[in-house]
Amino acid sequence: MSRKRPLRVAVTGLNATDNPAPGVGVIRALRHHPGFDGQIVGLAYDALDSGIYAPDLADNVFLMPYPSQGLDAYEARLRYVHETVGIDVLLPTLDSELPGIIALEPKLRALGIKTFLPTQQQLDLRSKVRLTSLRESAGLRVPETAVISDASQLATVHERVPYPFYVKGAYYGAQLARGLDEALAAFHKVVAQWGLPVVVQQRIDGEEYDVVAVGDGEGGLVGAVPMKKTLLTDKGKGWAGVAVRDPELLEVTRAFMHATKWRGPCEIEAIRDRDGHYQLLEVNPRFPAWVYMSATAGENLPYAAMQLAAGEVLDPLGPYRAGTMFVRISLDQYASIDTFAALADKGELLREQHATQSFGEHEGERRSLPLVGRPQDARSQGAAR
Amino acid sequence: MSKQSHLRDLAISESGFVFDPVTGATFTLNGTGLVILQALRAGKTRAEALKLVEAEYETEGHDAGADVDEFVLQLERHDIVARDPEGGQS
Repeated sequence: MSRKRPLRVAVTGLNATDNPAPGVGVIRALRHHPGFDGQIVGLAYDALDSGIYAPDLADNVFLMPYPSQGLDAYEARLRYVHETVGIDVLLPTLDSELPGIIALEPKLRALGIKTFLPTQQQLDLRSKVRLTSLRESAGLRVPETAVISDASQLATVHERVPYPFYVKGAYYGAQLARGLDEALAAFHKVVAQWGLPVVVQQRIDGEEYDVVAVGDGEGGLVGAVPMKKTLLTDKGKGWAGVAVRDPELLEVTRAFMHATKWRGPCEIEAIRDRDGHYQLLEVNPRFPAWVYMSATAGENLPYAAMQLAAGEVLDPLGPYRAGTMFVRISLDQYASIDTFAALADKGELLREQHATQSFGEHEGERRSLPLVGRPQDARSQGAAR
Repeated sequence: MSKQSHLRDLAISESGFVFDPVTGATFTLNGTGLVILQALRAGKTRAEALKLVEAEYETEGHDAGADVDEFVLQLERHDIVARDPEGGQS
């Protein structure tokens, strides 16, 4: 189905270090689809978010205030971006953004900015704190879990959750503890970084699998691609993986969608235990960083999420090809200092040429930076010291 | 249930590289292992697989039957063939 005009899609999470945010993968997937004719608006939190510097990813980039700075500031900045370059669809990719953006959804819709996200209630259902409720509601296996808000509870928590267990932050972070000393150290480290409460989850031995999926919001599964990590970083993050096709893992995904009526993207993390059963470890309420593999495997889930948000009829999805692999590589991305200066100075980088009048005025105001750091200058400075 | 045989799902190259698309596991087989796996995949019994190995390789003075049994056991451990509680090849 042809569009009246190309969509302008805003994507967050452009950080792409060894623990990358999903934004770069989402943008690559959108651009991979032959039906994508739109523009990408990158929403970054730091002028050095590395995804900004790949010129073929975002057409325009805007720095955003952190969600912790308050919803009003976030909304005001989104309004500015919308007035400057226009946003038709917003695809947030970070856990910490979701409560705020879900709360803003009615206002965004009134502006013409569409999203396809879970409700706050659905978001709560998959939280680590409430994950065990899915045993009953979805019939899923979930490791023994306890929620604690005081270090003193660690003295007896092993009666419910046997050692070794993981001490996890409510949003991010996990530390393995084999005894009380390690548990206390992990508790304080997680609290310092992510706050309370802390989740203690039994360690299950087995092989870890992840599923990227999109739910239709009515209990149905739009699409899913499961993956086995084949290479991990020292932080335990997947650096390589391969798409697999295990009907039982897809059934776990369907059961989650059915029980929660999940709306939008998610990543299901499960471990296949020694008996061959999948135990649900976590559900992340957004695309994973490796989501581009869904597009290369034949089931472009970011494009599907964009279409669902825009209210379009879905293009056919899948079937995906098991055996499709990804392997991350580290590249040095070269750029002019002007790119960094535009973000550091004005908080925005406008790459497109056919923008609004305000863009043209803005562009005219941009000053050229003098070249810095030429070898001759460096030598003369060194000699002066 | 994941304990079913993955034999039919395997992707096998001529050189003996095997990819199990259900679990994501990969294996590299030698020539003997490849003969046995292809035989089992074609629906042959363990005894028939042994005959194929003996026809293709010099096995005199060697307990090829024990090697086939050991190899099938490994396939069972990886859920590539279904575990048979009575010890026979399913």
